[in-house]
Amino acid sequence: MAGDTILELKNVAAHYGRIQALKGISLSVREGEVVSIIGANGAGKSTTLMTICGIVRASEGAVHYAGQDITRVNADKLPRMGLCQVPEGRRIFPRLSVAENLDMGAFFRRRKRRIRADMEMVYEYFPRLRERRSQAGGTLSGGEQQMLAIGRALMSRPKVLLLDEPSLGLAPIIVKQIFDIVQTINQEQGVTILLVEQNANLALQASNRGYVLETGKVVMADDAASLLDNPDIRKAYLGE
Amino acid sequence: MTHGFRKQLLYFMVALVWLFALLWPLLDINPDGTLGFWRSFAAWMPIAVAGSIVFVLYQIRQAGWLGAPARMLETGRQALGARLSLIPAWVWFVLIAAVFFAIPQFTDRRVHDILIQVLVYVCLGLGLNIVIGLCGLLDLGFIAFYGVGAYTYALLSLHYGISFWLALPVAAFLAMIAGCIIGYPTLRMRGDYLAIVTLGFGEIVRIILNNWMSLTNGPNGVMAKPLTVPLPMFEGGFRIEEVALRSLGDLYYVAFFLAIITIIAVNRLNFSRIGRAWEAIREDETAAELMGVNTFAFKLMAYAMGAVFGGLAGAFFAARMGFVAPESFTFLESALVLSIVVLGGMGSIPGIILGAFAIIALPEVFREFQMYRMLAFGGAMTFMMLVRPAGLIPAKRMGKRGEEEE
Repeated sequence: MAGDTILELKNVAAHYGRIQALKGISLSVREGEVVSIIGANGAGKSTTLMTICGIVRASEGAVHYAGQDITRVNADKLPRMGLCQVPEGRRIFPRLSVAENLDMGAFFRRRKRRIRADMEMVYEYFPRLRERRSQAGGTLSGGEQQMLAIGRALMSRPKVLLLDEPSLGLAPIIVKQIFDIVQTINQEQGVTILLVEQNANLALQASNRGYVLETGKVVMADDAASLLDNPDIRKAYLGE
Repeated sequence: MTHGFRKQLLYFMVALVWLFALLWPLLDINPDGTLGFWRSFAAWMPIAVAGSIVFVLYQIRQAGWLGAPARMLETGRQALGARLSLIPAWVWFVLIAAVFFAIPQFTDRRVHDILIQVLVYVCLGLGLNIVIGLCGLLDLGFIAFYGVGAYTYALLSLHYGISFWLALPVAAFLAMIAGCIIGYPTLRMRGDYLAIVTLGFGEIVRIILNNWMSLTNGPNGVMAKPLTVPLPMFEGGFRIEEVALRSLGDLYYVAFFLAIITIIAVNRLNFSRIGRAWEAIREDETAAELMGVNTFAFKLMAYAMGAVFGGLAGAFFAARMGFVAPESFTFLESALVLSIVVLGGMGSIPGIILGAFAIIALPEVFREFQMYRMLAFGGAMTFMMLVRPAGLIPAKRMGKRGEEEE
């Protein structure tokens, strides 16, 4: 099922001031895959996604997307190239309504009719959002906000979706729902997904492959199934 | 006796004593060293009586003795509100515009003067509203653009005799350029840092106006030509003549026209794609960028658009006064415009219009109390922020735009 490599990081380093957060990350994602990045707090998972999107600038190395070098491309150009991120902590627009939040996801798109059709599609995936479409985003529950954040990203018709900790602060049953939908999106829409998670068990079960990050470096990369069986990983990240 | 009555009574008493302690040194320590009592007591007494009445009324309401009449009032209010909401918005707009249009026919010079000032501050408030209310950038140096607009008209009319209507777009354009010049280096900053830097830039503009003698004539200021309008003349053959508007009643209509233009423009911006992007930036800048909003360009645009309306207001101000000097563009003016926006309701156009009235017109109306004007003003501001932190008329727009496209 996996096609050509669509997203590739080559030896990427990133700094916050003098602190080096990424110390040479290399990873690749093929079209149609679900790949997860797991690791402890402060391992550099979110920084990796922020660096791909150009919010954090890579100090070394290169990011390639769909055959193009996007290391120096501004963050706001990426959604129209089909690369969209659902940031950590959801970051929806709290005082805009649900419908307006979704509309913002299609900000760079001009064709009203197609945007409307995509909004319908998002409402199909997340019926709760349709019920609450004229409510302020900030008044939604955590799970609904996560749905809104994913829906908003879908409105940009992404080819690659970067998901940062979708399970953060949510009840297990909601997390399960969200992961189901993520997999559905991957299968039905053919959206490639790069997932960052602390909940390693859940993430690996939903993924084809996985990378393990430790203090800014990739320490292991394998099929998700083998990672799940790996005794070291089980001990360090799966709580055994 | 309501719950917590003793505590509230104690607080109330302490507040009254504190007020007296505040007034006494202001009023009764005389320059010659003698001490008095009655002047501060005379000032204190009416406030204390009024406060006591409010306190008693509040207690009665808390005790629930006003339940029945309050409910009747509330149902009446709701019924009235439901009736009124049936009338479309544009009817209100036309009605209010008509009232404003007619006002100068029935009022005197003093009222004209105050109303002109209010309208100028409406333009300024709406301009700053773009920057603060929509885009969420705290700008403490907004008055700089007002100054740029004012000096543009004054200098153009003085040296080149250019008429107001030609100078108006130039003033707006130069203010916009100034907005970009100030915005470009500063908009990389966020929040508090941005506020401080804009404060600095506002002062820089004032100091330049004060010291660039060869261009601005420094603190002496510049005379500006009075405002003229081209009118067709039919005596002795048809021609178009520039007629100077000298009465305040006529100038009022020019200010009114500018305010209407500003209101329409800001309203359209508010409900456009650009307005949506600004709001997204205000809500969460990083998220907006991740959704494909070029945040830097849009912030710069907010700055430039805000400056345009500041510049328009400035050009009119120069034409109306016939004279501009740097002292009109101090930080205090920026703070005044800021308080109009905050008091009125950030992002709310009717709120800001009302805010301009409250802040500009009310102190004029209460001129008799000269000495206590600023005290009352400060008290009213504090009170308003406690009671209505979102402003007099909070921005009301939830769920509007997502649905209205249907």
